[in-house]
Amino acid sequence: MSLLHVSSPHIHKPFSSVEQVMKQVLLATIPGVLVMTWFFGPGTLLNIIFGSALALGFEAWALWLRGKDFKSPLKDHSVIVTATLLCIALPPYAPWWLIAVGVGVSVLLGKHVFGGLGYNPFNPAMVGYVVLLISFPLQMSSWTEPRGVGDVPGITDAFVALFAASSYDGVSAATPLDLFRQNSGMMFDGLMTSKAEMAGVIAGRGWDMVNLAFLAGGLWLLRQRIFTWHAPIGMLAALSVCALIGFDEGSSTGGGSILFHLFSGATMFGAFFIITDPVSSAVSNKGRLVFGALVGVLVYLIRVYGNYPDALAFGVLLMNFAAPLIDQYTQPAVYGTKKIEVDE
Amino acid sequence: MRQIFDIHGGIHPPERKELSDPGFVMDCPPPSKLVLPVTQHIGAPARPIVEVGDTVLGGQMIAEAQGPVSVPVHSPSSGTVTAIASRAVPHASGMTDTCIEITLDGRCEWITCEGVADWRAESKAVLLDRVRLAGVAGLGGAGFPTAIKLASDRAIGIHTLVINGTECEPYITADDTVMQCFAREVVEGAEILAHMVGAETILLAVEDNKHEAAEAMKDASAHLASAEVVTFPTKYPSGGEKQLIELLLNVQVPSGGIPADIGVLCQNPGTAMAVRAALIDGKPLTDRITTLTGMALGKPGNRRVMLGTPIGELLALGDFNSETSDRVIHGGPMMGFAVTDLDMPVVKITNCVLAPTRSEIPPPQPQQACIRCGLCAEVCPASLLPQQLYWFARAKDQEQLERHNLMDCIECGACAYVCPSHIPLVQYYRSAKGSMREASKEKLRSDNSRVRFEARQERLERETAARDAKRAARKAAAEARLEAGDDPVQAAIERAKAKKAQQEGEQ
Repeated sequence: MSLLHVSSPHIHKPFSSVEQVMKQVLLATIPGVLVMTWFFGPGTLLNIIFGSALALGFEAWALWLRGKDFKSPLKDHSVIVTATLLCIALPPYAPWWLIAVGVGVSVLLGKHVFGGLGYNPFNPAMVGYVVLLISFPLQMSSWTEPRGVGDVPGITDAFVALFAASSYDGVSAATPLDLFRQNSGMMFDGLMTSKAEMAGVIAGRGWDMVNLAFLAGGLWLLRQRIFTWHAPIGMLAALSVCALIGFDEGSSTGGGSILFHLFSGATMFGAFFIITDPVSSAVSNKGRLVFGALVGVLVYLIRVYGNYPDALAFGVLLMNFAAPLIDQYTQPAVYGTKKIEVDE
Repeated sequence: MRQIFDIHGGIHPPERKELSDPGFVMDCPPPSKLVLPVTQHIGAPARPIVEVGDTVLGGQMIAEAQGPVSVPVHSPSSGTVTAIASRAVPHASGMTDTCIEITLDGRCEWITCEGVADWRAESKAVLLDRVRLAGVAGLGGAGFPTAIKLASDRAIGIHTLVINGTECEPYITADDTVMQCFAREVVEGAEILAHMVGAETILLAVEDNKHEAAEAMKDASAHLASAEVVTFPTKYPSGGEKQLIELLLNVQVPSGGIPADIGVLCQNPGTAMAVRAALIDGKPLTDRITTLTGMALGKPGNRRVMLGTPIGELLALGDFNSETSDRVIHGGPMMGFAVTDLDMPVVKITNCVLAPTRSEIPPPQPQQACIRCGLCAEVCPASLLPQQLYWFARAKDQEQLERHNLMDCIECGACAYVCPSHIPLVQYYRSAKGSMREASKEKLRSDNSRVRFEARQERLERETAARDAKRAARKAAAEARLEAGDDPVQAAIERAKAKKAQQEGEQ
C-alpha cells in the first residue's frame, strides 16, 4: 500500500470552508433584501442578480488575466458576496451601467489588483460604492420612496429602469438622512413628525424595518460564529455614545437621537455586513472592537458635520487604512507573557 | 471540589474514543523481531554496547546513555542482535536513525531484576540514578528524560505534582487504560515522584469523559491525604502541559520557561508507572500500553506492546484492512504524524497507532486563500494570532514572527482544524520555527566569534601597549642615566678593566 505522507492535524472541522462562510453571509442578507423589496419594490433584487452575474464574469476575466485557475475560485462565492453587498447599498432602479461600473471597480480595483481573495486592504464593495458616489452623485442619490408593497414599481418597471437609455427617476425621494442633512431651522421632533418620510416605527419610515431586518440577519451570523461581536458592538456603541453626546434635546442644529442614528441609512447593514469583512479589518478581537468603534465615530461625524447624508463607506475605507496601525497596538497577551507576581 | 479555571480557545473534535475499549489490556504475542532506535527520547542518542551476533536477555542494556540528557535502551526480550543499522524511525520528518535489530528466540528469558527495598530510605541521587538507568523517558509524547525533569533544582522547589491523565486527543485511550487497569501502580509511582521532588500536593488530573479512570484513581489514592483526583470538562488541548497547569492552578508557565519555574512538575500516568517499576521491581522500560485504533482495524484496542515492535506487525494483530486505508498515524489525529514505513517500530512515545479508513479521515482538501476570518485566533490555546503568524511565516519575516511569539506555539493544530481555507498552518509554523532556531544558533555562533575576536583585539592592544610602555620606560631610564653622566658603555669598560686588574693581581 502507498502511505499518504501529510502533516498534522489529520482531521478537520466538518462543513468548514470558505464556500460555507460565504454562503451563510449570503443567506443572512435575505431578511434585509426581502424587507427592501417590500418597501422599495423589486429594484434591489434585480440589481443583486444582475450585479452577481457581472461579478462572476469580471472575476473569471481577472483570474484568467492573472493566469490563475478560474474554475475553483469562482465556486467560493466570495465575489457574489461582494456584488450583493454593493448592490444592496446602491439605489434600487439604478441603470445597468452604474451597476456595471460599480461591480467592475469592486472586483477589479477593489480585489484583484491587490492579489485577489484575502489580499484586499480595502472593503471591495465600499471601494466600488465610493467611486460611484463621487463620480455619479445624481444617480447615487436617487432613492425610491419606501411606500410598501402594492404601491411600489413592478418587475417591468425594474427592467425598464435597469436597461432604459435615460435614467429612471420617476419615483425618487429624499431619504430620512437626506432630510436630516438638509434640515435647517426645524426642531428634531418637529422634523420627525412633520415629514411622512420620518414617521417610521422607530426611525425613518421603511428604513427602520430595513435596519431591523439586517440586524436579524447579522445576529444569526453572530450565532453561526461567522464573526465575533467585537466590530459590530464597537461600531453601534460608539455611534450611540456620539449620538448621546450630540443630542441636545432635539434642537435644529443638534445631532439627532440615538434611535435615529441606529436605525437609519446603512447603520445595521454596515455594522454586521460591511465592517465585519475580516480581510480588511483589524485582526485581533480587541483590534476589531477599536476598528468598529472608530467607524462608528466617523459615521456620526460625517452624517452630522460632513457633506454626505450617510457615511458608512467613507468611514469604513478610512479605517481600512488604519487597520494595520490598530493591529500594532492591539496584539493580545500571549500565554506565559503576562507579568506574574513572584512570592517572596 | 477544586475550582477549575478557564483556558483560552480550544476545540471539541469528535472524540472517537469508543473505538478502543480502555477497560482492559489485550494480548500481544511477541513479534518475530524488534527494531530499537537508539534515540527514543529528547537529547543525545544512546551508544550501542552490543555487537551483531551477540545474544541478549530481556532487560539487558543494549545501548548506554551518552551525556546527561540521554537515556539507555534495553532489550525487551531474549534473542540475538541481527543488525545495527539505519532504519526508519517515528519522527515528524520521516527520518532514519541508528537502530538495533534483535531477532527473538521466543524463550522470553530475562535478567534478574532487583528493586530498592525501601524507596523512602534511599537518597534522591540513588533514586534518580535508578530512574535514569532504567531508560525512563516521558511516555506522554515528548519523551523527555524523566530523571532530568526530576533533578531540576529551581530555588522555588516543586510544590505540586500533576499526573496528566487528560488525554485530550481524539481516539487515544492508552492513558485511560493505564489509569483503569494499573491504578495502584500509577498512584504508587506518583507517590514516589512526589517524594523525589518534595511535592506536597499530588493532583491526578482526568478529563470528565474518562469516568472509570477517575473512579479508579480515586479508589487507589483514597489513602493518600496529599493526593486529589481532579476532573474537568473535555476540551482539546486541555492536556497540553501549560494549558493543564493554568486550568488547575490559574498560573501560567512563563514564556520560554518550564513548569518547574513555577514549582510544578507534570508527569504522564504511564511514566509514573514506569518509575515505579524501575524502583520497586528494578525493571527497565521495555514495553508500554499503546492504543491501536481506527476503522480500518477489525480488532482495535489497547495492548501492552514491546518497544521495537514493527508497526506493521502490530497492525496485523488488529486485523488491518489496507484496502480501505491510505494512511497510518503515529500518535493522535491532531498532533500525530503519518507513518511512512510500516517497518517503523513502536517506541517509548508511541501512545497510539491510528489506522483510519479513507472515509473516516479523508485526504486533505486543497488550500484556499486566507480570508482572515480569525477563527484560528479564537481557538488558539496560547492566545497567539495564527493568521498573522501565517503571513509572517510566508514572508519569512523573522522579526515579526518573534514579536508575535511564534516560539510559544505548541503545535496543537486547533487553528488548522477550524481553518475554513484548509491551510496547513502547523506545517508553516514548524518550518518557520526550524529557520528561527537555525538563525538564533547562527547568531549565537557569530556573537561568540565576535566576542572572541574583540577579546583578541583587546589582548593584542593591551600587549602592544605594555610593550610600548616598557620600551619607553627603558628608554627614559637610559636617557636619565646618560644625563647624569652615567654612560653605561664607559661603565662596562671600566668594570671589565677592574675585573682584569683583579685577575692579574691574583695570579
